[in-house]
Formats: sequence, C-alpha cells, structure tokens
Amino acid sequence: MFKAFSTTAIIVFFNFLITFIYFVCSTICSLSVTLTICLVKLMTEPTLTPTALSSSQTCLTSQPIKASEIDPLFKYELAKLSGSEKILHCFQCGTCTSDCPIACYSGSYRPRTLIHLAMLGLKDRVLNSDTLWLCAACFTCSDRCPQDIEVASVIRVFRNLAIEHNCIPQIFKDQINAILETGYAYKISEMRTKKRETQGLPPLPKCNTKNLQNILKTINLTKKPKPQTEQL
Amino acid sequence: MSQTNRCLIFLGCAIPYRVSSYEISSRKILSHFGVELVEMPEFNCCGLPLDPINHKTMLLLAAKNLAHAEQTGLNILTLCTGCAGTLKKVNTLLKEDSTLRQQINNQLKEANLEFKGTTETIHLVQFLKENIGIDKIKTAVTNPLTNLKVAEHSGCHLLRPKQHHTFDNPENPQTLKTLIKATGATCLEYINETQCCGAPSVGINDKIPLQLTKNKLDNIQNVQAQALITVCPYCHIVYDTNEHRIEKLYNKTYNIPILHYPQLLGLALGLKPEELALNDLKINPTKLLTHVNNENLHQ
Repeated sequence: MFKAFSTTAIIVFFNFLITFIYFVCSTICSLSVTLTICLVKLMTEPTLTPTALSSSQTCLTSQPIKASEIDPLFKYELAKLSGSEKILHCFQCGTCTSDCPIACYSGSYRPRTLIHLAMLGLKDRVLNSDTLWLCAACFTCSDRCPQDIEVASVIRVFRNLAIEHNCIPQIFKDQINAILETGYAYKISEMRTKKRETQGLPPLPKCNTKNLQNILKTINLTKKPKPQTEQL
Repeated sequence: MSQTNRCLIFLGCAIPYRVSSYEISSRKILSHFGVELVEMPEFNCCGLPLDPINHKTMLLLAAKNLAHAEQTGLNILTLCTGCAGTLKKVNTLLKEDSTLRQQINNQLKEANLEFKGTTETIHLVQFLKENIGIDKIKTAVTNPLTNLKVAEHSGCHLLRPKQHHTFDNPENPQTLKTLIKATGATCLEYINETQCCGAPSVGINDKIPLQLTKNKLDNIQNVQAQALITVCPYCHIVYDTNEHRIEKLYNKTYNIPILHYPQLLGLALGLKPEELALNDLKINPTKLLTHVNNENLHQ
C-alpha cells in the first residue's frame, strides 16, 4: 500500500517538476524572442528619439511604384557626375542615416532612402522630394561611409539636378540675389558698415560685381523661387 | 605656410553681417602675437551657400577669391570654418584636376583673373596651432583661467570631409581642446561632441537646429560646463541665439555663455572684456567673468 502510494507520489512529483521546467523554459524562450524582435526592430528602424518631430515617412516610399516611374539609367547618369561617382557602391548599410544629425530629429530626411530610390531609378521621387533640402552638409555621412561614397556630395548632386528640373527654395534665391548685387551672401546694412569704424575695424573689402556677374553669366541662376511649403 | 606673420584675412559673409565680436577678438589676439593682417584686395562670398544650387558656381566663387589672393602673394587666414573648408577643398580640386582648372580659368578670364594654385588657406585654429604654436601661447598667457571649466565645439567644416583636413582627427578632434587647455582652463569631455549645429538647415527648417542646440546644451550642462567655446560664426549664431528660445520653450535654465575661442584666449592674455567685445554676446558672461577676475585678483 505504502509502496504504491510512494510510487504515485514520485510520479506526481516528477509531473510537477517537468511542468515547472517546461514553464521556466517557455518563459525564457518567449522573453528571448521578444528581446530579439526588439533588437531587430532597433537595428532596422530609423533612429527616433523621444523628441523626434514626426515619425511619419513621406510619400517617398509610401506610394506604390509604377513601372512608368522607373528610369533604369538614372544611376548610371549619377555615376558619371562629380560627387556621386561612387553611388553604385552603396550596399544600403544605413550608416549615413543612423549617423545623420538631421535624420535624428526629422521624421522624413533619410539619406539611405534617397540613395535607394535613386538606385531603383525613381528619379522624379528623389528630385521632387522636399526632404533633400534638409541636409546640413556636415559631411558625417561622407566620412563614415564604409563604401567610401561621398554621401553629402551625392545629396548635393540631387539638389543641383532638382534645381535644373524644378524651382529654387526662397532662402537660396535670396542668397543668390545678395551675392550678385553685393558679393556678400547677406545684405549688410549701412548701419553695420558704419559701426565698423566706431568698433575700430577696417572697412569691408569691396566686390567688383560686374566682374562677378561676367564670370557667372553662363550659369542660369535666375530660376523662379519655390513656393513656400509647410515645414518638413 | 612660409610667411607666419603676414596673411590675408578672409572674413566671409556671416561675420560682418552679425558676428563682429568674433572679428574684434580675433584681430586683438592675432596682433598680440605680432601677426599682420592684410585685407582682401577684393572679396566675394566663398561659394559654400550656393553649392546646393549649382556646384560650378561654388567653384567659380571660391576660385575667384583664391585668384585675388594669389595676386598678393599671401596666404589666406579665415575665421569661418565654412569658408576655410570651401577654399581648401576648391584649391585642392583645381590643383589636382587640370581639365576642371582649365574650365574654371576660361570663365575667370572674363575678369582678367587666373587660378594658379599658389596660395594656401588656413583656419584660425590651425593657424594658432601650427604657425603660432601651443608653447608660444602658453608663455604668452598672463592670467591663466584655472577656475574655468568649459566645453568646446569645433564645427564640422573645420574637420570634415577628412580628405581635405588632415591636421586633426574628425572623430576625436584635439586641436581646439589643446588650445583651450593652453589658456589654463579645463576642457570638459561630453556626449556627442562632434554633433553638427544644424546651421545650414535654418532657412529650410528652424525646428531641427533648435533640437540640435537643445541636445548640445543638455550635454554640456550635464558635465557642468561654464561656457561653450566655438570657432565658427554660424555655430555661434545658432547656439547664442537659440539658447534663450530653448530656455523659454522647454522651461529650462542653462545660462551658459557661448564664447568665441579668441575671447577666451584674450582673457587669458590679460586683455579687457571690452576689448574682446564680450558685451556683444546674447548670453551675459558676467558670472563667468567673476571667476576670471577672481583669478586676476589672486595674482
């Protein structure tokens, strides 16, 4: 009788033990799966801090791609231009985006995405994109690209092409006008120039604007300004 | 650079437009070390602001400045990191690429100018390190600022892209730190030291530079920096003008003055705050100066 009882007790005990081990193992497994998912998410999603201005991606990638949009030769055109020669070397590692100070606080500016779209041949999407104009030209992306692509220069090439196809953002239009009229990128007031005397500073060097305009005459800098859009 | 004591000063556009304190203090300290500054015979914008619009325009504007400088036989000293970066880069590009040089020279002919590649451009920070020398600066310091703990911000175009700036490591810049230590002040280390100020995005989106400034100020406040030292008019404008805005927006108090390096060095050289245009700063440096004055009183 006692023997039968002890056998049952042992069986029940082992049953409990196995169930307990199963629970512990499954909990560890599910935890590790959650952790892995989190890590993968962290690695694949763009860096967004709590203070990020907006987490929405723009229409750059949200609209379906139509075959008619694709210009398969666009990337080869880019590879011939000074600044974007090495664009074909891009393997989409995302170093440029993850190290970009602007991407950190912008919900839309992603240098990797822009390069990806260009490589796919989505020329109009890239050149019509407002986010192109957010790059601060800090060259962090260029310095850190493992494929030695001058990413900031690629963005500059996109901007130059965008200007050829579209209009100029107002801020640049103002600077062009100021440079062509005075040589300086900002219109320096007479009050400022007079104040220099009282500050013990020498007069500002002058610019021969006629010479400057002659040198730049072959370049079309008189494009119409881009209408003001909402902040990105 | 061969002529240590005589060079052309290239002010750029932002300094005469709104950062005269940087020019005043720079001229003061350079004359203290016996450097003779010659004004540019003719000037136009270095070209950097128009690079996004048209690359060739940038090349032409920079090459025109370089050609004017070459006629004087002097090297260029810039205070703005943007101008330094652009003039250095264009100088190298045109020297290396003869086809491009030919194209640019064809257009410069319209103004009877020619780019030959005989002048060099140097930024104030590199000039102080290489042409004046850290030892000479240390010996010239009469009021060591030993009570000051400051943070530095070198600015992107002083260091990047790396192929055009070989005098420092862009990932761990040391030149400005060494120059700050030479004044006797402590230079603190903090998170994200090389993060951009965001100035070029100001006209497109003003919220991002605001966020970047907040990030910078938070990081330097965490290490209890008493001031932030800059060497670029644009970085200075962004931090100096945004600090009050951020204090109001986020209900925070920083009260960290943003000083140009020449102002800090000037104080260490025994120059008066008025001579260094310290009253031009938007963030009042009076509290900072009490630490400096106390040090003077002890001597």
